[in-house]
Amino acid sequence: MIIDGSEASLKKFLSELPPVDQVGVEARTSMLATRSIKTTSKSWAIDLAISMVDLTTLEGADTPSKVKSLCAKAVRPDPTDLTVPSVGAICVYNDMVKIARQELDFIGGINIPVAAVSTAFPSGRASLAVKKQDTQDALDAGASEIDMVIDRGAFLSGNLGKVFEEIKIIKELCGKKAHLKVIFETGELVTYDNVRKVSYLAMLAGADFIKTSTGKVTPAATAPVVLVMLEAVRDYFSITGQKIGVKPAGGIKTTKDAIKQLVLVNETAGPEWLNPALFRIGASSLLNDLLMQRTKLRTGHYASANYVTID
Amino acid sequence: MSRIDVNKTYKLFIGGAFPRSESGRVYEVKGVNKKFIANPALASRKDLRDSVVAAKSAFPGWSSATAFNRGQVLYRIAEIMQGRSEQFIDEICALEGLSTKAAKSQVEEAIDTWVWYSGWCDKLSSISGSLNQVSGPFYNFTSPEPLGIVAVFAENKPSLLGAVRTIAPVISGGNTVVLVASENYPLPAITLSEVLATSDLPAGVVNVLTGKTSELAPWIASHMEIDGVDVAGLSKKEEEELKLLGAENLKRVFRFKNANSPERILSFMEQKTIWHPIGM
Repeated sequence: MIIDGSEASLKKFLSELPPVDQVGVEARTSMLATRSIKTTSKSWAIDLAISMVDLTTLEGADTPSKVKSLCAKAVRPDPTDLTVPSVGAICVYNDMVKIARQELDFIGGINIPVAAVSTAFPSGRASLAVKKQDTQDALDAGASEIDMVIDRGAFLSGNLGKVFEEIKIIKELCGKKAHLKVIFETGELVTYDNVRKVSYLAMLAGADFIKTSTGKVTPAATAPVVLVMLEAVRDYFSITGQKIGVKPAGGIKTTKDAIKQLVLVNETAGPEWLNPALFRIGASSLLNDLLMQRTKLRTGHYASANYVTID
Repeated sequence: MSRIDVNKTYKLFIGGAFPRSESGRVYEVKGVNKKFIANPALASRKDLRDSVVAAKSAFPGWSSATAFNRGQVLYRIAEIMQGRSEQFIDEICALEGLSTKAAKSQVEEAIDTWVWYSGWCDKLSSISGSLNQVSGPFYNFTSPEPLGIVAVFAENKPSLLGAVRTIAPVISGGNTVVLVASENYPLPAITLSEVLATSDLPAGVVNVLTGKTSELAPWIASHMEIDGVDVAGLSKKEEEELKLLGAENLKRVFRFKNANSPERILSFMEQKTIWHPIGM
């Protein structure tokens, strides 16, 4: 064991992590962003990216009908082309989980998991009892992935034990029923050092996935932040042998952005992470751009947004 | 010591900014006596793609602006052009080899063209729209609405007037434009883009590409986001090829005979009919 479970040992471990070289991380991401991915590689990357999309709708205005149409899109992103893969998952609010699960099962999306955002998403400002109930509701409704938010206030004020305990408790609730993704909201954590610390904290507490953001705060999934998290995942694997997934979410809108993320994954965590079981992209409008780029590659003509669904 | 002239770098106009070509290429433009004049950007298909993205994002704002407002913006373009007359005259003289007098009259005609189409903006629906008689308790209106994104190949000569009389009608109807400037005489169109940038025209409503017409034409023809094309600057053969490739998304392709006419505006508009119950 890296830590003995006490807050003191956790704090000691996290404080001994080496600081992030800010200039180095930013230079490396901008260097990797210049990689040119073309033709067959691009076509492969687009299909991989589609299969990694956590197709998301997290609006106050979400209706059952909107969630259902999103489910249809998840199963068959392009109804005119059956070679397009299904997406990685559907990500919705707690009360929409049941509707999404039923709809997916009904239309042939039995293999597509439903992810529920949980623990008083997006702010995480609620009592532990409420957070537990929130998670339990999602599990009872059929969620097989739980996207929980951490208590950023506790983390920033140094109350690391509280953050750790919360993740642990939610992980216990999930048990074998659901995967746990832990959302950091890196836009509120200010420094790369904090991102590295919280990545280790979440992995030690039992996260199956670490996720950048809620999508409600900017900046969200910036490339340097994702790089720091991928490094943490890679190093954690070399220490413990455990593979933890990474999910950037928020601000990834174009195929170019998505392919840049895949390059980061390949060059940092390695090709094993190029897999929807270990890398997901939280997005809504990205999928349409991926489909348009796919059409462009297939037909040789620039595609139009008039031929993909408005969601 | 004699002073070294500060020469201008002629660039593209995309989304309200002046980028170089993504490809980094330029081509040589020569004047009447084969004298070197400038190295404008040689636009690639990716510059075209970027222009269409800019035009697409400008469309909702421009098409929903009131016709009166669009008319004011077009008039403002004429005002700004008037102040830059000298520069246009110099460029036209150097490129087309016209006398100062002939160049001046071309510039004046271009300015007047803006004013003419400015006036059309808020009168169009009265002329071409209608209140239709139907057998039922309904009001039934028909009114013209803009198509979307229109690509324009300006004719080679007259260089400035050719650009103005193709783009002015298209934007007065509420469309957004990608202009492929005259291949041999592109400088007035580039200076025109500087005028547009300093008028009240929102960014992306007009985008100007300079380069080889034959290189850009097939990409414009097959681009699914482009809804209409004015082929003034293309040969008959190029026009046929463009129509073939453009059939995929039913592009409206036009070549106009009249210099100025409301037909130029209405060709890039669609008639929308609305039924409204009487008494509601």
